[in-house]
Amino acid sequence: MAAAALCGLAVPAAADTIAIAPGDDAQQRVQTALIDARPGDVILLAAGRYAFTDGLSLDVAGVTLRGAGPDATILDFSGQLGSGEGLLVTATDVVLRGFAVENTRGNGIKSKNADRIVYVDLRVEWTRGPRPENGAYGVYPVESQDVLIDRVTVKGASDAGIYVGQSRNIVVRHSTAMLNVAGIEVENCWNADVHDNVARHNAGGILVFDLPDLPQKDGHGVRIFANDASSNDTPNFAPKGNIVASVPTGTGVIVMASRDVHVFANRLGDNATANVMIIAYPRAFTDPVFDPLPRDIVVRDNVHGRAGWAPQLTGGRTLGTPPDGHSFPILWDGAGRGIAVGDAVATLSLGLVVPGTPIEQAKPMPVDLADTTRAAEPEAVLLPAAMEAAVR
Amino acid sequence: MTMRRRMAVLAGLMLGGSTLGGAASPLPPVALDLIIGDTLPQHLSDYRFFTDRAATRPNARVTGYALNTPLFSDYAEKARFLYVPPGTRAGYGAAGALDLPVGSALIKTFAFAADLRAPGNDLRVIETRVLLRRAAGWVALPYVWNADGSDAVLQRSGGRVGVTWLAGDGRRETISYRIPNSNQCKECHALANAIQPIGPKARNLNDGAQLGRLVAAGYIAPAPADTPRLPRWDDDSAPLAARARAYLDVNCGHCHNRAGAASNTGLYLTWDEPDGTATGLGKRPVAAGRGSGGHDFAIEPGHPERSILLYRMRSMEPGVAMPEQGRATVHREAVDMLGRWIAAMPARP
Repeated sequence: MAAAALCGLAVPAAADTIAIAPGDDAQQRVQTALIDARPGDVILLAAGRYAFTDGLSLDVAGVTLRGAGPDATILDFSGQLGSGEGLLVTATDVVLRGFAVENTRGNGIKSKNADRIVYVDLRVEWTRGPRPENGAYGVYPVESQDVLIDRVTVKGASDAGIYVGQSRNIVVRHSTAMLNVAGIEVENCWNADVHDNVARHNAGGILVFDLPDLPQKDGHGVRIFANDASSNDTPNFAPKGNIVASVPTGTGVIVMASRDVHVFANRLGDNATANVMIIAYPRAFTDPVFDPLPRDIVVRDNVHGRAGWAPQLTGGRTLGTPPDGHSFPILWDGAGRGIAVGDAVATLSLGLVVPGTPIEQAKPMPVDLADTTRAAEPEAVLLPAAMEAAVR
Repeated sequence: MTMRRRMAVLAGLMLGGSTLGGAASPLPPVALDLIIGDTLPQHLSDYRFFTDRAATRPNARVTGYALNTPLFSDYAEKARFLYVPPGTRAGYGAAGALDLPVGSALIKTFAFAADLRAPGNDLRVIETRVLLRRAAGWVALPYVWNADGSDAVLQRSGGRVGVTWLAGDGRRETISYRIPNSNQCKECHALANAIQPIGPKARNLNDGAQLGRLVAAGYIAPAPADTPRLPRWDDDSAPLAARARAYLDVNCGHCHNRAGAASNTGLYLTWDEPDGTATGLGKRPVAAGRGSGGHDFAIEPGHPERSILLYRMRSMEPGVAMPEQGRATVHREAVDMLGRWIAAMPARP
């Protein structure tokens, strides 16, 4: 009795495991479990296909939603009638593990104000391939502190497969993004490590963007390393109006605006526009504190294959055909400061020093950015131990 | 499935309230203990908000109220009631939101008229949503009416129900009406991640008479002298811009504000947000995906046909349609009004 009482002081109320099987009325049964769950509970979705007519949502902290694997437990939203996403998480310390989300009408999985969220061993897919009517984002954490995306596969997103927005302290690793407009996108984020991912056969592989007029500004501190961002050859199929609609097909890594972004030790090749593109935010804006320039960007030690043989820029023809035997794996619009390129491949500057200058006024010329003083590398992102433990 | 009954009484009584009738019979008062307790009452009748089974006659300290500009919910008729515990009254919070004391409740019943040309007649009552002000904060609970109309039962996971009516032009419309689950209640009602009432703000209650009535009956404190008056969105005598901003405030501003579910979009449509990029003028989409409809701006002055805001209001597609919750049909009259507003703005070079 005494021992039990002492244990009771140290251990929270026993967590429950709520087991759910596929079958009729999955909407009510799964949603009820998500509402009734208490912190610490595990909701186990048995293998099989679950059909939903509406988005699911989780607003209880510390809950794990777990399936039997990304090819075994399938949440099917083909018949979705409402909601902007398949699954919405609005609580902290949530773990999503071992299931697939298919064919949502809007985003796949969104989490907002969901600090310390873990996405692990998941698949989000639009199964009919890349189409403009597919949902925008596959996994979509936003406005959160500490985000881990590990072993997640996204295919077919009409915006970004893996999108992290306006968050802080982020790791995206061991994941695969294919057949999306953008494979992986980190936007207006502070401190992110994107490493050991495969981003192939998108329009653009890995994007680091900073945009005006958003609550979290000044995106910075991003390391893109040890990824495979090659063969990005899916024609851009994004609906016009969105910033990714301007992503040139055939780009490995794009850094737009932002500061302190380091791109190193990636495998890059077979990207028709460029392996690495560094550009300013090109559009008009009213935000008084937004800086449209890329600043303190370092590109080094990447392994380059063929790239830049057919740039898909608007008015790309004005660039002229590269001289015989020359292509430019690295493309810079010419704006910004502290742009350092250590890779032993050619860099083409468009000479567009002022952001927003029409590309027709480009003055393409090779540049050597090897001697630019390199900004210090951002520190590695460290996540709370409980998050690392959750993926082991 | 659900009952159908004559409910003109509902519309008629909702503005009256208990203060008019006095206590004709010694009915037990509203179950304040259930409002402030930590249970989830299973039946609407458990609270004793009403003296009749059909939930039309308010009990003591319960009163109906109306809003100048209401939230559009698929042409549903709504009856709104407010309960404030004896001996207390509401003050005012930020932006004139009623600051209701612990123990208060907001009760809203959704019903569909068989013919929109005869609203209030032949109403089919679907659900009653209850907001309870507990010591730890607000709790949102959806109750779904049973088939014989004798009570509404708690259904936290929500549901769908087919609804049909004759529209203003006589055409039949049929929709799959979404009863929100309790998380979806919070999606719209969350402010800085805490549930808050949306409708009862001084500016939207201020119709010239209603605030005074509520003050006189002891439900609320006297409103500040400078309380603004939100126009009715459908009042042709009010300035178009004010009607438009009133509509956007009530129908969009609960998410599209700096502490709401759409805070990350940078699009803020609340009444007190000054005109600018943040209210959509020349604002580019951020996370709209195909919701942009191929357009560049939320509102492109002079060009309603190129404004994302209207594109999304006209859409029924999940992932495109706005609001994301609570709309399975297009609010045509509002789209027309907002279209005239945008068309009247000077186009930008």
